Amino acid sequence: MMALGLVGIAFGFLTAPKTIEDVEKILADSHHGGHHTEAVAHESHEEHAAVATHHEEAKTETVVADSLKAENDTVAAAAPVAADHHDNHKAEAAHGHDHAGADAHAEHQEHLEHVLHQLQNKPWAALYVACIFFMLISVGVLAFYAIQWAAQAGWSPVLFRVMEGITSYLLPGSIIFFILLVASGMHLNHLFVWMDPEVVKHDELIQGKQGFLNVPFFLIRAAIFLAGWNLYRYFSRKNSIAQDNANDDSFYKKNFKLAAGFLVFFIVTESIASWDWIMSVDPHWYSTLFGWYVFASFFVSGITTIAFVTLYLKSKGYLEHVNTSHIHDLAKFMFGISVFWTYLWFSQFMLMWYSNIPEEVTYFITRIENYKLPFFGMLALNFVFPILILINTDFKRLSWVVVMAGLLILTGHYIDFFNMIMPATVGDQWFIGVSEIGSLMFFFGLFIVVVFTALTKAPLLAKRNPLIEESKHFHY
Amino acid sequence: MSNKVIHAIYNDDDILMDAVKATRAAHHHIEEVYTPFPVHGLDKAMGLAPTRIAIASFLYGLVGLSVAASLMNYVMIVDWPQDIGGKPSFSFIDNMPAFVPIMFELTVFFAAHLMVITFYLRSRLWPFKAAENPDVRTTDDHFLMEVALHGNEDDLISFFKNTGAVEVKVIDKH
Repeated sequence: MMALGLVGIAFGFLTAPKTIEDVEKILADSHHGGHHTEAVAHESHEEHAAVATHHEEAKTETVVADSLKAENDTVAAAAPVAADHHDNHKAEAAHGHDHAGADAHAEHQEHLEHVLHQLQNKPWAALYVACIFFMLISVGVLAFYAIQWAAQAGWSPVLFRVMEGITSYLLPGSIIFFILLVASGMHLNHLFVWMDPEVVKHDELIQGKQGFLNVPFFLIRAAIFLAGWNLYRYFSRKNSIAQDNANDDSFYKKNFKLAAGFLVFFIVTESIASWDWIMSVDPHWYSTLFGWYVFASFFVSGITTIAFVTLYLKSKGYLEHVNTSHIHDLAKFMFGISVFWTYLWFSQFMLMWYSNIPEEVTYFITRIENYKLPFFGMLALNFVFPILILINTDFKRLSWVVVMAGLLILTGHYIDFFNMIMPATVGDQWFIGVSEIGSLMFFFGLFIVVVFTALTKAPLLAKRNPLIEESKHFHY
Repeated sequence: MSNKVIHAIYNDDDILMDAVKATRAAHHHIEEVYTPFPVHGLDKAMGLAPTRIAIASFLYGLVGLSVAASLMNYVMIVDWPQDIGGKPSFSFIDNMPAFVPIMFELTVFFAAHLMVITFYLRSRLWPFKAAENPDVRTTDDHFLMEVALHGNEDDLISFFKNTGAVEVKVIDKH
């Protein structure tokens, strides 16, 4: 599976267009179909399609008029050109290369270059989304695990080894992720537009954020966050295994303190990390609850993953002490955090939608205009289905229902991350193709290998945990 | 048949739970158990049918949601459309995000209030009603199990003594 994924990623990179001419061809191909039927494409494309029309000199006047009408709706910058077109469009149709045509041609070239960058970004962005998604799943599980320790939860110790197994992916995941960030910092890709000094030179808003958003500080922060999380993971796992053969509860107490400290560190660093790694792809836009929103997204994905691994191991005859009450509790968390995610998502959306401030609302406008299906589809997957499927008490105890709901939740939250990254990096050139699926498969394969290898390394029952008896007999 | 009942009084919820299970196993009919606080799992031990209030609550929530949706549609779209914050679309679906908080609140409001009212009706509770509680100590620190008396009275009394009751009384119920 990993190999297949690697092939997919490589294919994605190889097929990324290298030159402007390629892009022109791709766009021309896609617009021939689109233009005849209806003006479906994005407005800026209309503009460029109109230019294509002049070049070909083969379209009827109505088509040109259509395009020009669309052009008039575009952003203010394009307006003068559009007006010129409107006045001269007959002349243009005859000559093709008058003054206005030349202007439009330059703009056309610029647009093509832009699309080229977007398409070259696409395999990187696909890799980035899959990488951060799987890494954050293990981070979500780690946070859940720390909460169980800090809260001295009595129901969950039978699941500790499952959670520790899943968090073992954190180390390889964060190493790959850090390499990706370094690659961005070295300008191997254009995921983070603020890393490009050319862009920053002309952008006062980003200039104002330079004290925070600069490559060295960005990488140092990332290194500190990832190192901190990995250190907690390492020590808590070590203590948890040492507790198995201990004569007293000293390791348990150590882990309790460690978990409490980690949670404080985590909630601050997670928030900053989500600004860095996700929000900064849209460097002009900001949202103050973004950290929580991202956290809810990967937290529910992490809990779903715990439920999946638990159910799988249970079906293979391991985890004899896990009963339907444990599954019920996990499903309750899946349900609850799904609603929590929706609450945060909606709080963010409604305020921006209502206030309609251009610098804020543009984030949602791009998503609704260019990402309609994933944007609203994710809402259905992450809110409507989980709430309807998991609201019933008895359903939360049925493995197959939990698995179905979990699949919807995981798909939904992958799309959620897709929606966070793609619009700023790939724009309207998105589709879920070979590189996306390939990247997903690669990281999924790696995830499975790492997690299940880690699961075999320690007994699946944390037998000397002081709360293990309560957990074994947990019944609701 | 007489309508005599036995009142077995306990002073610990764990002992009560074991006693309830033993009584059920011996096929005595438990009429009612009075406790000062909700005892987890008691309903299952007594063999009561699962509550249906969750279903009722879900339906009440749906009622609340529909009331809120039609209310907002009527006042904001049909009857008196206004241009608020530059969103004069006069269409329910386009203005829906602004209505979500109201729809949410009314869903919760309907579900909660109707659920409480249903619970009161179903439990035959209303203001100023005299308490049905047979022994005031069950409002403090004692648990009382009421069992229908059939067969030998002395056998039953010793049976309940053995389950750990601190007191066993035979009461003639009218």
